[in-house]
Amino acid sequence: MTSVLGLDRVTVGYGEGTVLSDVSLDIAPGSALCLLGRNGVGKTTLVKTVVGLLRPRHGQVLFEGVEVTAKPPNQRARMGIGYVPQGRLVFPQLTVRENLLVGLEALAGGKAGALSEVLDLFPVLGEMSGRVAGMLSGGQQQQLAIGRALVARPKLLILDEPTEGIQPSIVIEIRAVLRKIREETGVSMLLAEQFLDFASGLADHYCVLDGGIVAMNSSAAELDRPAVLDLLAV
Amino acid sequence: MTGLVLLGIFNGLSVASILLLIAIGLAITFGLMNVINMAHGQFIMVGAYVAYLCGNVALSLVGADAAGNAFILALPASFLVTAVIGWLLERGLIRFLYKRPLDTLLATWGVGLLLEQAAKNIFGAPNVNVRVPTWLGGALQLGPDLSLSYARLFILGLALVALAGVYVYLFRTSLGRLVRAAMQNRAMADCLGVRTDRIDAYTFALGAGLAGLAGAALCLLGPVGPFIGTDYIVQAFMVVVLGGVGQLLGTMGAAGAIGGLDSVFNLQFSVSIGQVIVFAAVIAFLQVRPSGFIRTRAR
Repeated sequence: MTSVLGLDRVTVGYGEGTVLSDVSLDIAPGSALCLLGRNGVGKTTLVKTVVGLLRPRHGQVLFEGVEVTAKPPNQRARMGIGYVPQGRLVFPQLTVRENLLVGLEALAGGKAGALSEVLDLFPVLGEMSGRVAGMLSGGQQQQLAIGRALVARPKLLILDEPTEGIQPSIVIEIRAVLRKIREETGVSMLLAEQFLDFASGLADHYCVLDGGIVAMNSSAAELDRPAVLDLLAV
Repeated sequence: MTGLVLLGIFNGLSVASILLLIAIGLAITFGLMNVINMAHGQFIMVGAYVAYLCGNVALSLVGADAAGNAFILALPASFLVTAVIGWLLERGLIRFLYKRPLDTLLATWGVGLLLEQAAKNIFGAPNVNVRVPTWLGGALQLGPDLSLSYARLFILGLALVALAGVYVYLFRTSLGRLVRAAMQNRAMADCLGVRTDRIDAYTFALGAGLAGLAGAALCLLGPVGPFIGTDYIVQAFMVVVLGGVGQLLGTMGAAGAIGGLDSVFNLQFSVSIGQVIVFAAVIAFLQVRPSGFIRTRAR
């Protein structure tokens, strides 16, 4: 079966420096891959390469078997990539509802039903509907950013450090919602995280980045936790 | 006496409405898109000459009596022609310079000079008169010393219609929502599937078109020359900055404030001293509130 996402020996850098060298990975349909690594190992760089914000120096990015290496982000989004960036990046001066509508209407075939589904998953977004997104708390903004990606009913949901700077109670809530949508919709996921705890029970595959290369690649069942924690230790 | 006071208020509103009409387009290209378009004044001039051409065409088709009415058709024509020129400028030049604001400034200044010279070559340096409807020529007599000119009332109405139109487009339509999203975070909007390059082109074209509309409206006030837009452009930038960059309501308030102050000081002092005082007042205000009337807040 064709994988949802495939990276084939991707090398990415800024200017002279190289951040990722010859990174390859695959995400099978319906599975969730957790990308682990310390601060600065290139998790966000990898995520940005997948969504199209960065162009690899060489190597290929494939989405459902189609090469997208040179395609702009909006085209990839329309193919089914949903992106929840690091730092959330909601549109601060748009209301909560407008943020969700942008996620819905940016794609030609947006379905109104998807909006009520998202409001069921995150009731707080319904309560805050008319509030300007910039005034929400960090946790609420994170839920909004996830909701904004989900209204487009993506085939692959990409989350870049969704727990960063968010209060623990909301982290637990977000984790529960992500598990729920995985079970109910079978969406594939790419989750970049610094901490193993959040990913446990959510991801079925782990990939640890260290020094710009894939240091470890393992299924959840065979994961060597001590070795991973060793790689994550500062 | 009350008549004179009311007339003063009307004059202030009239100046404000002209400024507002000119500044709306700028509020979009400069306020929303952060493009310093130095050719905005020349877009106004293009709109004015399109209105002039419409009048000439109408003159040969329907004769002198009815030709003035063609001015009503000239308004949308000026908007469309200038919007197309704006679209071409965005696609051909500005889109390559979004990350280089200083280069945009120089490049658009150059385009402005080109348009100005083209106007001189085609229409000649002297001013030309545009045919306007005869029914806009008179004035509404409300009292012995209170008469409101129809042309100025028309511009006041047009400015409010243009503002309302832009407001509805940006805040009440789904395309407008995508525009605001793209202007707040272009890369993020792109990642959600918004075709930001098209949004940029449409939005810039809209701002240019509004400049053209303003140019056509200026034909009601006097003859048209190659420098007609340049006279207003500094004040228009001032309106956008004072209102708070990216704020439509602020733009309206700032146009009102500057127009009002302008007519008050013009009555009290000479025109140039009046302008100096207005400038000084704006500068002083921006020292206290650098972001203008309306500030945007976010966590």
